[in-house]
Amino acid sequence: AAAQTLNLGRTALPEEIAAWDVAVEPDGTGLPVGSGDVLTGEDLWVENCAMCHGDFGEGAGAYPVIAGGEGTLRDRRPVKTVGSYWPYLSTVWDYVHRSMPFGNAQILSADETYALTAYILYSNGIVEDDFVLSNENFTEVPMPNAEGFYADDRVETEFPLFTAEACMADCGPAVHITRRATDLQSTPEGAVTVF
Amino acid sequence: MTDRTDDDALEGAGIDVSRRGFLRTASLAAGGAALGGAAAAQETPDPLITDVQDWASATGEGVDATPYGLPIRFEGDVVRRTVSWLTADPISSINFTPIHALDGTITPAGCAFERHHSGAIELSKDDYRLMITGLVDRPLVFTWEDLQRFPRENHVYFCECAANSGMEWGGAQLNGAQFTHGMIHNMEYSGIPLRVLLEEAGVQPEGQWIYVEGADASSNGRSMPIEKAMDDVLVALTANGEALRKEHGYPVRLVVPGWEGNMWVKWLRRIGVTHSAVEAREETSKYTDLMPDGRARKWTWAMDAKSVITSPSPQKPITHGTGPLVITGLAWSGRGAVTRVDVSLDGGVNWQEARIGTQGGKYALSRFYLEIDWDGSPMLLQSRATDDTGYVQPTKDALREIRGLNSVYHNNGIQTWAVYENGAVENVEVGS
Repeated sequence: AAAQTLNLGRTALPEEIAAWDVAVEPDGTGLPVGSGDVLTGEDLWVENCAMCHGDFGEGAGAYPVIAGGEGTLRDRRPVKTVGSYWPYLSTVWDYVHRSMPFGNAQILSADETYALTAYILYSNGIVEDDFVLSNENFTEVPMPNAEGFYADDRVETEFPLFTAEACMADCGPAVHITRRATDLQSTPEGAVTVF
Repeated sequence: MTDRTDDDALEGAGIDVSRRGFLRTASLAAGGAALGGAAAAQETPDPLITDVQDWASATGEGVDATPYGLPIRFEGDVVRRTVSWLTADPISSINFTPIHALDGTITPAGCAFERHHSGAIELSKDDYRLMITGLVDRPLVFTWEDLQRFPRENHVYFCECAANSGMEWGGAQLNGAQFTHGMIHNMEYSGIPLRVLLEEAGVQPEGQWIYVEGADASSNGRSMPIEKAMDDVLVALTANGEALRKEHGYPVRLVVPGWEGNMWVKWLRRIGVTHSAVEAREETSKYTDLMPDGRARKWTWAMDAKSVITSPSPQKPITHGTGPLVITGLAWSGRGAVTRVDVSLDGGVNWQEARIGTQGGKYALSRFYLEIDWDGSPMLLQSRATDDTGYVQPTKDALREIRGLNSVYHNNGIQTWAVYENGAVENVEVGS
């Protein structure tokens, strides 16, 4: 903090910081005072969210699935939702408040965001339908996959394997083709030269 | 096309034939006779030489015709492309750099890939504000004019999307280097070391992380350890000599050397100094890498050593027949500089060291070449990068053995192109 400075810029005012610094951290830091219940959240959800995410968070069209997928994380096709995958409730509140609805972000009040978050919890089977979420009880809500993450360990688990001296000749038996991209026909037409 | 969602699709590791694109049965089957060998005899004079051509007689365009030019129309192939089934809409989506058609290492900004989460916004320099908040002695607001007055540095770095090659986890899927490896660009940036701006605000000792976010609706907030922020992160004001393109964050973006592209926050508006990580959506729901035991890696910031042969490749078939053939490609590492690239013609059984054309510095693309005399036999082309940590680019199978099929991001496995006798090239996987 004692570095040479140029005295450029000006001090940010409290109102300015409050307008832009709306991030919420896992321990609840940044949460405003407020509350909302599941049924209020359901009304807001139907009005603002269900057209993309489905009435129960099951997803519509190709838009993200918000609820369900419990126990699928080891499946060939895992369904990663708030209930099955997300570690922290703070992220739900923060992301919905700051960036949703898609195309019309930052329209939700604090109370509305609490209510929507309560509805998302309900749709994931985490709380009952009479649940009221507030800044007071926020960090007590159990998130099923809270322990599901660990910090990058590639330096321990991969580097020792991949820093061996590379083989240059006769590195194994002859190989043959096992998968072909053209079997899938999923590349945009016209991108690959036809001749 | 109902079950693939937003980033989930972009990240979609698996092959899903229900979501195939347009059928293209003619492409490779049609084939094409290889033309004759080198230095073939010409029986009749070439009229392009013997006749006076218009361009050698009349005049071309005046200097006032094009104040800011685009590539000549014959290069219409060298454009960004999208894969519409990857995402739910084109707003939170991706497109791909035409790396198959480029050479050297600098990516032209006009065809350098885009990845937005709520579209490319228009933010003028007059309207621009950058705020530093949190655990600092003095929270600050900077205007664009303020930022012009800080000392600047120049650096060339690659920006690779964490999801680059992500669609290939489950097997060979997209047929072209542009699609399998084109979520990348490499530019020369001028900018202010983030450290300088943080020192201007005075970081307090408990400030162990920063949280950076953009001015767009998605905000794209990400957390970063203070050590990285104070090391080599740039607040970039220009790229490749000019202002950033709108779609690349005009007027200010973050440049995070060696680290996954998602952290290169565009339209940068706030840097919060925090005690711990925010664990925002883009570092919990997204940009976390699911492992076989059902747990997931988080904070997988660095992009490991990687390479790809850009020509020949599915979009760059061999059209000139047998004889001299230039094999070329790109190599890079987010942990340092590339020190060598090996190329195999037989699917990884035997290797030879390629020649480095442009030697990229730390966290920058390098260009490699291997000149061969092609006898028309089928080949299984591969490239393998080594970086200055001694890390050797692994095969996809070696990665899958550790990570399974659903880690979505960070696929730096060795790419195989099958070259057929007719010169057509296909994205394949090989096994013994």
